[in-house]
Formats: sequence, C-alpha cells, structure tokens
Amino acid sequence: MAKSPEGEHPHKAFGWAARDPSGALSPFHFSRRENGDEDVTVKILYCGVCHSDLHTAKNEWGFTNYPVVPGHEIVGVATKVGNNVEKFKVGDKVGVGVLVGSCKRCEPCQQDLENYCPKVTLTYNSIGQDGTKTYGGYSDMIVVDQRYVLRFPDNLPLDAGAPLLCAGITVYSPMKYYGMTEAGKHLGVAGLGGLGHVAVKIGKAFGLKVTVISSSSKKESEAINKLGADSFLVTSDPAKMKAAMGTMDFIIDTISAVHPLLPLLSLLKMNGKLVTVGLPDKPLELPIFPLVVGRKLVGGSDIGGMKETQEMLDFCAKHNIAADIELIRMEDINTAMERLAKSDVRYRFVIDVGNSLSQ
Amino acid sequence: MAKLAEEEHPVKAFGWAARDPSGHLSPFNFSRRETGEEDVKFKVLYCGICHSDLHFIKNDFGFSASAYPIVPGHEIVGEVTEVGSKVTKFKVGDKVGMGGIAGGCGSCDNCVNDCTVYCPKLILTYNGIDHDGTRTYGGYSDFMVANENFIVRVPDNIALDGAAPLLCAGITVWSPLKYFGLGEPGKHVGIVGLGGLGHVGVRLAKALGSKVTVISTSPSKKNEALAHLGADSFLVSSDQDEMRAAMGTLDGVIDTVSAVHPISPLIDLLKTNGKLVIVGAPSKPLELPVLPLLLGRKVVAGSGGGGIKETQEMIDFAAKHSITADIELITMDYVNTAMERLAKGDVRYRFVIDIANTLPATKP
Repeated sequence: MAKSPEGEHPHKAFGWAARDPSGALSPFHFSRRENGDEDVTVKILYCGVCHSDLHTAKNEWGFTNYPVVPGHEIVGVATKVGNNVEKFKVGDKVGVGVLVGSCKRCEPCQQDLENYCPKVTLTYNSIGQDGTKTYGGYSDMIVVDQRYVLRFPDNLPLDAGAPLLCAGITVYSPMKYYGMTEAGKHLGVAGLGGLGHVAVKIGKAFGLKVTVISSSSKKESEAINKLGADSFLVTSDPAKMKAAMGTMDFIIDTISAVHPLLPLLSLLKMNGKLVTVGLPDKPLELPIFPLVVGRKLVGGSDIGGMKETQEMLDFCAKHNIAADIELIRMEDINTAMERLAKSDVRYRFVIDVGNSLSQ
Repeated sequence: MAKLAEEEHPVKAFGWAARDPSGHLSPFNFSRRETGEEDVKFKVLYCGICHSDLHFIKNDFGFSASAYPIVPGHEIVGEVTEVGSKVTKFKVGDKVGMGGIAGGCGSCDNCVNDCTVYCPKLILTYNGIDHDGTRTYGGYSDFMVANENFIVRVPDNIALDGAAPLLCAGITVWSPLKYFGLGEPGKHVGIVGLGGLGHVGVRLAKALGSKVTVISTSPSKKNEALAHLGADSFLVSSDQDEMRAAMGTLDGVIDTVSAVHPISPLIDLLKTNGKLVIVGAPSKPLELPVLPLLLGRKVVAGSGGGGIKETQEMIDFAAKHSITADIELITMDYVNTAMERLAKGDVRYRFVIDIANTLPATKP
C-alpha cells in the first residue's frame, strides 16, 4: 500500500502544497529522506515564485501529480552533509534550482547538460531515483545530491539572488549557447517579466545593446532607467516596428502566452536567432519564408546544466546582478499567485520562507 | 513610358517567358545589356527546371504580380563567348554555371562574407531588378550576361546537363549541410522529401561522410533511396512505429518538402541540440510546438541557397565525387508539359532543358 507523504521518509517536513487544479496552496505535512553519503540537507531561507510553479499548481500543462509542493528557486543553508561530500560544509550558503537528479551516465549528463537528460528528476512534481515524489522549495528543508546543489556566492543577496536559480540560468544558458555574448551585438528581449528583466541585466553585462520588446509602453521608463535597457519597442506601434526591422542579432523570447512570431522574426538581421524560453500552452505559428530568405532560426532552451548554473551565479555575483523582487510571507502565497497570473509583479515574488513558514 | 523588353538593351535575346499567372510559357523576344568590363557573356547550353520556376510563373508567392513577363531559369550551364576587359577569372570557351543570384550590393556584411543570397539588395537571376533598374531574365534563353563574380566554373569532368541542377538544388542542400555542421563523418542527417533537392542532398551528404536517412511519405521510393542513391536507411513518415523507433537519432534534418506539413514528428527525430533546416518553401506558416524545442535545445532554421564561393566549392566537390542530378532532358517546346508533370511530382528527379539544341528552332 502506498505510504502517505508524511510516512514515506524518516524526516518530518512541512510546506505548502496545492491539492487540486484550483491551484490553491495550503499547509502540508510530508517527509524527506535520510541524508545519504552524497547528500546535502538544506534549511530553506528563501524561495522564488516562478511562473512554472503557477502552471504546475493549476495543472495547466496536464501532468501535475497532486499534492504538489512547488518551488525551484531555493536559497538556504547547509545543515548536514554526507560522508562523500567535499564541496560543501555545514553553514555554507547554497542554492537548489530546477533539477535534483539525473541518470549521470547518458551523453548529456556526461557533457554537464543534466537538464537534457531523458531521466532528469525535477525539484518538484517528479519521481526521484528512489521512486518517490519530489517536493519543492515552498518548504522548510530539502535533501539534495551534492551534484545538484549550487554554492551561493557571498556577495549575492540571498533573497534577490534566489530567482537566478531558474530565471537566471534560463536566460544565461541560451545566451551562451547561441553566441549572444559578443559585445556590441544587439539583443532583443521580448517580454519584461521574471525572465525578461534578468535577461536585460545579463545582456548588458555581456556588453550587448539591449532592446526590450513589449506589448505595452507602461514598462518603458523602468526598462530604460532602472534596468539599463538601451531602447524599448512596443509591438503595437507599426511605424517603430518597421523602423526596427532587420536590426537585431538575437531575440530572447520570454513570452509565455501564445503570440505571433512573424513580427519578432522580422526584427532579426540575416542569420538572426530567436530563442524561445517561454512555454506557451499551444503551438505557435511559424512562418517559413522569413527563415529561408534570411537563414534565421528559432531555437529552444531549457534551463542549464549544473556547471553552467554555477558559472551563471558566479557571473551574476561578479556583475552585481540579482532579480528585482517583492518579498512575501508564506501565508500570502495565494494572493501572490493571483497577482502573478495577471503579471502584477515587479518582477519576481520571493517567499521569505525562513521567517514566515511556521506550522 | 516603359521600354519594350526588346528595346531596353542593345543586344537582342530570345527565350521563353510566362506572361500571366496561368504560367503558360511561350517564345519571347527581349534584349540584354552590352558585355561590360566585369561581365561574362555565355551561350546557354542547358537549364534545369527548379520548382521555384513553377512557383514564380504561377505567382504562387504572391509578389510576382508586377513582374510579368518572366523568363525563368536559374540552373544554367553554358559556354563563354565574350569577356569584359577587366575579367580575370574566365576566358572564351570556358564552361560556366549560374544559379539564382545575379548580384548584390557588394558592401554589406552578407556580401562581404560570401552570403550575397542574404543581401537585402539581392538581385535574382530572374524576376529581379538589376543595378540599372531593369528586369532580369533567366536561363530559358539563348545567352546570359553576368558579372564574373556571380558565375562559377564547371569542372571538365562533369556531365554538363546533369550538373545544371546543382546550381540551385545542389547549393540549396550543400549550404545548410556545411553551415549547420551536418555534412561530416560521425553525423547522421535526415533528408525529407525525395525530389530535385532531396536526391542531390542524399548524394552530397553521403559523399561528405554523413550517415543519411531518407524520410518520405512514399514507401515506393525506398528501393531508389537505398539501392540507387546510397542512403543508409528509409523512414516512412506516416509509419508511427518506424518514426518512434527513430526518435532522438538524428543530428539534423534537411526538409526539402514544399507542401505544408507537420514538423513536430521531424523535431522528435532530432537528438539534443539537433537542427531542423527547412529549405522548401511552404506557402503557409507551419505549426511550431515549443516544448520539444526547449526540452532538447533544438532549432528550426531556414536556409536559402548559398554564396558563389560556396557554390564553386560544391560543384568542384560534386565533380570530384562524380555527383550529378538524375535528370530528364527535354526539348524547349516540351516545357509546358514538363511544368504540369512537375506540379504532380512526376519526374525522376529534375527536368533539364536542352537549350542550345532545341531553343533556336522555336524562334517564330
């Protein structure tokens, strides 16, 4: 007979879970495994609220296995380390992102691309190597194999740095892979939310010219004055869109709603690359002609491997890049989710788990 | 008042043109420019029929409307009859080839890097606007006058008629094989569609050392693909079991199919970091599922032709490896029938017009 979440593992744990597609989160008792030789036990201090958390809580992608404890932008303190763990010691500040396991043997795993392992274990809503369900960072503690734990740089703020564990790597990885690191090149960032605003900061740190592409002008002043974007393009302004045609080397498309690709493709120069990191719930329409006559491409990217995630954190620490956040208490999570659904946040909610999660 | 085609330029020329979207081709008197300092004049021997020729004469792309009459043809092989005073690369008697590009701006990033095909001021071999503002006319004609930088030398040891399709079909598949790193030992590439582009693609990819899988809707082409063209394997795209077994096995897929078709199954065939390159030109947008792209860091790209340097490299390679297109040689006056058959895919695998031997007789 299947064990209850509380009885599955030896260590009691507490968090907030969604139990059905309403997505409403509420207190939830469960358990975590014993800290094995390879493991690090993390007391969770902060957890970012990623839009994926909302999608999963409401079963918008169709594969939620309730009850689900979301959260994969986790920052905390190591409280226990296994016998084989050398990279971390008790008291270290650490991060846990979107993955907590992989097969370690396949080609992607051997190339530090654990995120593309066909048997990847996600931090929540996934089945671990031991066959039990994984629960995420809206909780008091987590036990993770050291390979999937990040060292959290000293000079990054713990709360504002948390979103880097997903939003940060999600934009950093394709920026490296698709060659967006050459100073002087022109990057368009479509969508100015959690992912988009971090992409602007990282893009500027790479020395790129950055244009924010948005459906409304209300974020223009923020984009330029606060985030450091070089320019701002409103997609509903035909004259400005026309003037910007063929001017961008790359576009990072963070928009998660279904949207037309043609206007974005026409902004690209010849050989330009549009990389999509948002996850619309339906297929997009892909016009072929602009691709063929301009040798343009549309690529995808999915977070990044562990080595690259560490590299990203260190890069952000060096360039003083953190997310712009609104710190919330655990009990306000449902209100935050409602606001997130309306994109009413500048630009990421982060749950002050350490100070507000209580039984 | 616009000049008549016959009077635009000083040298009289003759070819076949389509005058309206019915696409019906018939004899057409026009004219070409004097051979300039950097120009090469060549007598057309053969011209391949590219599916784009059919699209343009029937206004399938929608922007030909103002460009009739159209003399198509951009898979041209001929013999040099005159060279301009500053021409260094060619002499009278040379065998030359010309593809889809007649010129570019010469100074943009693309032109400078042998990517004239992506120059925003690209001049097409036909249905284009030349530097002097006049219309360009293609290879279904008696001679061409081209800037020496936009023609290639055809090596001695290659059949001229079988080589003609390489000037478009050949370069169209060669360029993405090289640019996307799919044509080399250790790589496994899929070729979708076994027509003019596809069959040449199989031969070039095999000669470059790749493992090749042909993906087709017609089981009847299997034997051809394996026994005649040398492909390593064959997948029927409607066979779900076969397609599923092949998931995640290909480094890249070159998609030559011009009809609207689902690309999701093709994306699934790709390994992580795999690339789907579309070289056919469907007239409507395709459906792009985003999740499969993300989960494998895959890419959907387009590619359209290639540069001149690259075309020369391709044709030299083809000659060295005895690669030509499989053709059906036709007379000029068969061209309308050929177009009807091409529309139904009824050709193994390219029509080539025997221009030098059969065009003159059609002059009224």
